[in-house]
Order: sequence, then C-alpha cells, then structure tokens
Amino acid sequence: MPTLPGESVGTVEKQYHTFARPPQPLVLESGARLGPVTVAYETYGRLNAAGDNAILVAHAFSGDSHAAGRYPGETEAEKPGWWDFMIGPGKGLDTNRYWVICANILGSCMGTTGPGSANPATGRPYGLEFPMMTIGDMVNTQKMLLDHLGVSRLQAVVGGSVGGMQVLEWSLRYPEMVRAAIPIASTMRHSALAIAFNEIARQAIMADPNWRQGNYYDGDKPAMGLAVARMVGHVTYLSDQAMRRKFGRRLQNKEKFSFGFAGDFQVESYLRHQGSKFVQRFDANSVLYITKAADYFDAVDRLGGMSPPPSGSQARMKYLVVSYSSDWLYPTYQAKELVQTLKRSGQDVSFCEIEADCGHDAFLIPDPRLTNLLRGFLDGLG
Amino acid sequence: MVSAEHAPIRFDLRIIAGSIEPGSRVLDLGCGSGDLLAWLVVHKGVVGTGIELDKNKAAHCIARGLSVLQGDLNSEVDDYPDGSFDYVILSQTLQQVFAPARLLQGLSRIGRRVIVSFPNFSHYSIRLQLLLGGAAPKNDQLPYSWFDTPNIRVITLKDFRHFARDVGYTIVREIAIATDRGGTEGRIISRLPNLLATYGIYIIEKSASPATMPPAATRG
Repeated sequence: MPTLPGESVGTVEKQYHTFARPPQPLVLESGARLGPVTVAYETYGRLNAAGDNAILVAHAFSGDSHAAGRYPGETEAEKPGWWDFMIGPGKGLDTNRYWVICANILGSCMGTTGPGSANPATGRPYGLEFPMMTIGDMVNTQKMLLDHLGVSRLQAVVGGSVGGMQVLEWSLRYPEMVRAAIPIASTMRHSALAIAFNEIARQAIMADPNWRQGNYYDGDKPAMGLAVARMVGHVTYLSDQAMRRKFGRRLQNKEKFSFGFAGDFQVESYLRHQGSKFVQRFDANSVLYITKAADYFDAVDRLGGMSPPPSGSQARMKYLVVSYSSDWLYPTYQAKELVQTLKRSGQDVSFCEIEADCGHDAFLIPDPRLTNLLRGFLDGLG
Repeated sequence: MVSAEHAPIRFDLRIIAGSIEPGSRVLDLGCGSGDLLAWLVVHKGVVGTGIELDKNKAAHCIARGLSVLQGDLNSEVDDYPDGSFDYVILSQTLQQVFAPARLLQGLSRIGRRVIVSFPNFSHYSIRLQLLLGGAAPKNDQLPYSWFDTPNIRVITLKDFRHFARDVGYTIVREIAIATDRGGTEGRIISRLPNLLATYGIYIIEKSASPATMPPAATRG
C-alpha cells in the first residue's frame, strides 16, 4: 500500500440535525411533503468565523456520514471512516485548513430520514409510503444543514459516484456558494447499462418473499434479495482486471471442485461475504429508493444551459472532473461528455483520467495520485 | 495560488509570453508540465487553460493550480464556443500533429490569434549533417532518432510561411530565435533566419475581411 501523508482526525462523533417539522415540511422535487427530516453528519477540523473554509464531502450510494476517524472506543483494528486516507491533518482534504463535513443522504438508513424511519402519521416505518426523493432533494437537505451550521461558502463539494451527482447538483443549484466542484468517477446521467444493473438489484430485493411490499420491518428482512443486489452492485464496482488479479479462478479453501453449489471459487465466496456484510448494515428499501434517484438523475440539459461565469472574476467556480481508466459503470467517455458540456457552456474545467485497474471503486482505494490532485487543485483556488 | 515552481522559463517560452497582453484568455495546446501557463497566470494575470495528452503531466498541471484538460488536443479544441480565447498557443507541438491544416483551421474559430512555434528544420547544422553526414539529422532541438521520434513533421520557417497563408492566416509577426544548449537563453535572429534560427515563433490571425479568406472549397 502506498504511503500517504497526514494524520488521523482521531475520535469523531455522529451528530444529528432535525428540521422541516410540522407545520412546515420539506417539499420534495416530486411535490411530495416530508417532515420532520433528520440528517446525520460528521465534521472534521474547525469552521472559521467567516464560515467559508468548508468542504462538503458527498458520499456514494451505500456510504454514510462516517468519512474519517474512529468512533469513541474503537481500536486501531477497526476500520476508520470510508475516506480516512483523504481527510485529516496534512491529508488531501487538509483539516488544518478546511472544515470537512459529510452528511448521510436523504433516503438512506445510516441516521438520515429514509424509508426505514418512523412515519409520524402512523408511528410505523415508512416503507413504500416514503416519498420518492431525488439527488436534488439530497442536496437540498445538505444545504439546509449547512445553513443551520453557519456555512457561508463551500471551498469545495467533492464526491465519488452518486456523490459526484450531488456535486454536479450543488454546482447547478448554488453556484454562488461553491468555489470548486469535484465529481469523481461520476456521470451526468446513467447509461442504460447502469440503469440495468440497478434494476436487477431492485428486482432481486422485490422478488424476495420477505420483502412484502416493503413492510418487513417487524419481521424477517429480505436478506437474500438484498445480498444478491449487493453482489451485482459489487461486480459493477470492480473490473475484469481487478477480478483477475484478486481472484482469478482460484478455489476457496480447497484443492478440488466440489461438483456442487456450495461455492468453490474465491470470487463466489467473496461476493457472498460482501452480500451478507451489506445485509447487516443496510436497509433494502433504501437501496430501492437511492438507486431510483440515481437512475432519474439527468443534469445534461441544465449543465449545458449554464451561463459562463463573469470573465476575470475571482469568484468563478472551478470544476475538476476525475475518472478512472477501468471504471465500466461510469466509464471515462461519460466523464469526457461532462467535460465537453462544461466547456461548451464556458465553465472553468480541469479533467484527468487516472490509470488504475480497480474499476469504479478506485476512488475509495488509497492512491497518492488522487490525493495530490485534490490537494494541489484546492491550493490553486487561493 | 498557482505555483510557478521553475523560476526561469525557457527562452522560446519567454518570447511567447512577451507577446501576450495581461489579462488575456489563453489556451495552451500541449501544455506539458504547465511552465508557460503558470508563468502567464502568475506574471500576466491571464485566464489560462491547457490541454495535455500525458496523464502524469496533466495531473501535475492541475496539482499546481492550473486549469488543464487531459486529452487529445485535436479533438478537445472542437468543444469550445467561438471566440473563447484571445490567444491559442501551439508551442513546439505542430511538428507532432497528424493533420496540421485541419487543426489550424479550427483554431481560428476559438481564438483571436494563434501563436505557433516549432524547431526549424532548415537550420544550418541540420543542413550540414544531411549534406556531409548523409544521416537523418539530430540536434539539441530535434534530438531523436528517425525510428523513435515523436516529430512526424519536419518544418522550416519558409515552409510555415507558405502553409500559414495557404490555410488562410495572416502572419502578424515572425520571431526567429537561436537558443543555447538547454534552451534557457538565446537571441533573436534578424538576418538569414531560415538558416540561422533554431526555432520559429509565429503570431498569426485570420482577418475578418473576405479578401484574405481562402476560397470556401479549401476551408475545413
């Protein structure tokens, strides 16, 4: 593993903010009303008095607000936050300079209101009563949280995958508030391929007899469906090269085929492990809602219709688009389409493809190239 | 803040930089490690963008605070709106371009002026090597062997003057220079430039008047 600079942010705490209480619920993009809404978030570093040194980290589809550090009582043996190598004193997102915040997205199940939360009308979990939310609605809740915390300006919004969609949405909704938008391994809209994999994941969940139209919270969870959904997802996050390197055709703890369905190959065992691990931490209905929000997301026309920033203005927003050479979920050609769209609408955009064989999930793997890119780009903002 | 890490930039780049007005909008095609662009941003306050094919070099540019796109300059230039730039710079890149006429045609759409520089293949050292040695010439500016050179075009000052006019440009200024070994210092050549200059630097533009436009049939 490459050595990356910086130290840990240390012990962190998940915090909560609740808003949109009756009689003023949140109005979603669909027109539906939702309230109250709780957002779980974590912060690292210190917000300055002007409230303008903040960086918002937008997490991916199955991520959470725990982007860095460890919770009280956790030892070194336990995994830190999902972007711990990127966030901390002296790291790519340097918490000596910036105040970094990560909030769990609307519709998720890691502390923010989602289909598994209690519906105040019934006192029972929403299930499919939960209104369909969009990437725009996620961004809206993040904005309300930042307003509440006294953030006046974001030095950057940065995120990978579905997090990158939130980055684009931020740059469209609040361009005056965002200094730099950094979508990583992301896209302006899903291809048929990406929608297809999401639909397979949803069908796997809904085909599980325990799913029961989403009303499973008082009984057995649709564990098998959710595990299969995760397996499919996981394959799309890897790449042919990475799977050959990691597993090849190697067998798991055996020398010979069992000539049965117990799972001989390492890759089978790995996917089963990923599936069952996911069942422990994630809600099946959240998968349905979030994948659908990602499928609905389409920023092409809005990005193409942006007006160019006033020339010479120091305040102009800068984009940094990053893609990975082996990402087949959101391939480089989609990042290039995004760059093309931004160029045509006169935006200040930088782009770099990083050569890596780890597939879509490469942004979650420590790599000094991404760290240096982000740190230098942020320094360049002045 | 953009870091201008290598304090003295190459002589040819200094000449190019000297031709650009402060605050200009500049596109540097094949910007390499971004030395010229960084210098222009820091010293002339230009709004600069670079395009660089090499991923490591492009990443280096971005990490020093420059706006740079990693990609193929031949296709990347197509996406900019008309008149996006005051200057488009093609510094020591033309000799590596597969379709130079097509590229230059496109540049007049996105930039007011184009600055082109290239190593002069009719420098006397090259002429003598071929005449007396009989082998494919090499010098400080063109150091590669015939089998591994990225330079797929050999260009002389005389050739470029013709070429620029053929593709409909007016030469606003020709600066012929001879650089020292390493290229950090040099001088401007005013006599016999096609023989004595190691590099040619041209500032060209397309005049809006129809008289200087080439016939429609030859335009890209």
